[in-house]
Amino acid sequence: MDLEYSAEEIAFRDEVRQFLAENLPLEIAAKVDAGGELEKQDMERWHAILNAKGWLAATWPVEYGGTGWSTVERHIFSEECALHNAPRLVPFGLSMLGPVLIKFGTEEQKREILPRILDGRDWWCQGFSEPGAGSDLASMTTRAVRDGDDYVVNGQKTWTTLGQYANKIFCLVRTGTGGKPQAGISFLNVDLDTPGVEMRPIKLIDGGHEVNEVFFTDARVPAANLVGEENAGWTIAKYLLTHERTNIAGIGFSLKDLERYRRMASAMTRDGRKLSEHPIHAAALAELEADLEALQISNLRMLANARDGAASPIDSSLLKLKGTQLRQDILALMRSARGPDAAFWDESPANTNSDLPPHADHVAPTYFNNRKLSIFGGSNESQRNIVAQTLFR
Amino acid sequence: MDFSISQDHQMLADSLRRYFSDKYPIELRNKAGYSAPFHSPEVWTDLAELGVIGAFIDEDHGGFGGTAQDIAVVFEEVGRALCCEPLLGALMGARLLALSGQDQAAEDIVAGTARAAVAIFEPGVVCNLGAISAEARQLGGEWRLFGHKNAIYGGPGADLVLIAAHAGGKIGLFLAQSPDMQAAPMIDGGGIGDLVMDGLPAACICEDASAMIEETLDLARIALCAEANGAMDRLIAMTTDYLKQRQQFGRPLATFQALQHRLVDMVMELEQSKSITIRAVASFGSDDQARHVAMAKNLIGRAGTKISEEAIQLHGGIGMTWEYAGSHYAKRLVMIDHQLGDRHDHAGRLAAMD
Ligand SMILES: Cc1cc2nc3c(=O)[nH]c(=O)nc-3n(C[C@H](O)[C@H](O)[C@H](O)COP(=O)(O)OP(=O)(O)OC[C@H]3O[C@@H](n4cnc5c(N)ncnc54)[C@H](O)[C@@H]3O)c2cc1C
Repeated sequence: MDLEYSAEEIAFRDEVRQFLAENLPLEIAAKVDAGGELEKQDMERWHAILNAKGWLAATWPVEYGGTGWSTVERHIFSEECALHNAPRLVPFGLSMLGPVLIKFGTEEQKREILPRILDGRDWWCQGFSEPGAGSDLASMTTRAVRDGDDYVVNGQKTWTTLGQYANKIFCLVRTGTGGKPQAGISFLNVDLDTPGVEMRPIKLIDGGHEVNEVFFTDARVPAANLVGEENAGWTIAKYLLTHERTNIAGIGFSLKDLERYRRMASAMTRDGRKLSEHPIHAAALAELEADLEALQISNLRMLANARDGAASPIDSSLLKLKGTQLRQDILALMRSARGPDAAFWDESPANTNSDLPPHADHVAPTYFNNRKLSIFGGSNESQRNIVAQTLFR
Repeated sequence: MDFSISQDHQMLADSLRRYFSDKYPIELRNKAGYSAPFHSPEVWTDLAELGVIGAFIDEDHGGFGGTAQDIAVVFEEVGRALCCEPLLGALMGARLLALSGQDQAAEDIVAGTARAAVAIFEPGVVCNLGAISAEARQLGGEWRLFGHKNAIYGGPGADLVLIAAHAGGKIGLFLAQSPDMQAAPMIDGGGIGDLVMDGLPAACICEDASAMIEETLDLARIALCAEANGAMDRLIAMTTDYLKQRQQFGRPLATFQALQHRLVDMVMELEQSKSITIRAVASFGSDDQARHVAMAKNLIGRAGTKISEEAIQLHGGIGMTWEYAGSHYAKRLVMIDHQLGDRHDHAGRLAAMD
């Protein structure tokens, strides 16, 4: 047994570290570290820096402008990015639509769309969920009816993350009726400036604007925007949702948050002693560290299996479950550490111009916002259902 | 043994519940609670007229209540309605003014013509009164305060701020008129203040106030526990209703046993919370007060957080939205744990008691 990375992998990690040290803008890293909300241009700037280096599309093959990295290299890269406070890459073009087109798209679609994802001309968002179709995604009802060279789309999508910055949306639409609900679904790309498409903001629990609803009223979309065959969208959606799950446990984020917590706890006092010496906080931290140490190994076990092409005993569902629980527990401990001052709230979370007293910060909004981790990306109950189905098959 | 509440208390609870359901929609609450002055002056006047603040002190000081039970009855309704008016400041302020012999000021608080807030704790001091470091000094025959007070609930816009500070080897209580403070909304609604004192003029209203402050803090913790019980009760009801309505996979979510069991655990936590609050109310003023109040605040800190997290989770995306009232209940319940010592602080206090 050997728990260490190979010499090549370590060399790769050092190269990534050096690149991040030299190229990640300090002001962006500081914002990420403080838990503030990033602005659109921050995300675009980091995207462009990675693109210039050729390190943007970690999961794409080299021929389409990807990195061609192995799963282990991808893991190293995303972990190092998190540890250096790099902004999280917006996944919709890079890790969702890109791989879908590479597998199911026509040559023309690949040639036209992939470069525009890389150079940032297009910002994609994901139109799967609907008000009536969340966990039960296959029950979605947004309709697309063929009319000449177009589809006419009517219906509503919701929870569209960062749709306010996007110019394109990929959607699941209903093109067939009868049979199983999964059978009549197609995968359709839509320009957000198409007449009849309207986006409205949804305000979240922490006051932030990160999701939207999208309404379609007789929107005419060229039939050439269909990805794959008509009524074959469910297979594509399943591929998209299960593709590239190496970072599903969010290890880098948890490592980073624990580091932030340690920094907080050693700088703070609580009723006359250092918070880091408060027995309950110290015990809670120790347990989280043990959980994270184990989760790192679980994650590596899955990666090694994926590399060797073996069926993994550690299902990605388990990693998602434990990874999100752990992250939420860490954020809860950080929230407690802040004590009564956690209540101070500043409605404009871009924290550069914050009015908060210096001893207050964003721990509470960050904690509330990240309750989403166990809801989206396949809710934790859905993940349990998947594991249970395998167990009791 | 009898766990029923008196007829008077039932009437008070009923009239409050009616008032809130008629006059206090969530939209009003969210509008008032997140922008200055972080509460609704009209609602405040109504609450004073309904006798809500009067319930916080006894007849000798212009109120008509003052028992722990009176306070628990009021705050349970406050929690059920998610009312973010600055009642905790009024409770602590009116008590401390009355106990210090400031009868006129206490009456003004009860009448709703003046608002009070208390500033006891400081950055890094959340529960242990002995660890505060603010000082009062006499300069030219006048008291001046030095130090830093944080998390002053209802502080923004308060007319009377009661401040704990060291003077002459004891912790005294000082009264400042409308001091300037940094004001912000709380993430769960309502106003909070941060007060840096560099020679703030104040009157000394009690030279040795530790005992009355500790007693008032315990009463305020009971109020928070009762508030949490009201909020938990409502949030569980909302979650139950939602699971009955929401259909996925062609059936109501309420038919999934995995989800039913989660609800059962939430109800169990609520019942434990109600029981420990009853225990603390009954022990108020006895030798067991500190222990039972610390137990209540610890248990309810855990229960409130768990119920909030589960309520959000079981609602799915809807539970994450500002527009849905449940998300605000969830925030309030989590943040109650941050007030006047959290679950960890009170577990620590309990472990240190003999
Ligand atoms: C912040 C955020 C961002 C999002 N971004 C996007 C996006 O960009 N694009 C997009 O398409 N979608 C997005 N989503 C939607 C997300 O995928 C859904 O919220 C998720 O699928 C859950 O659906 P729902 O919210 O309708 O909850 P529901 O499906 O109504 O579920 C409610 C609760 O019931 C549980 N449940 C449901 N069915 C079962 C069952 N059979 N057994 C046990 N428990 C069950 C769920 O786990 C959940 O706890 C986002 C959501 C959030 C919160």
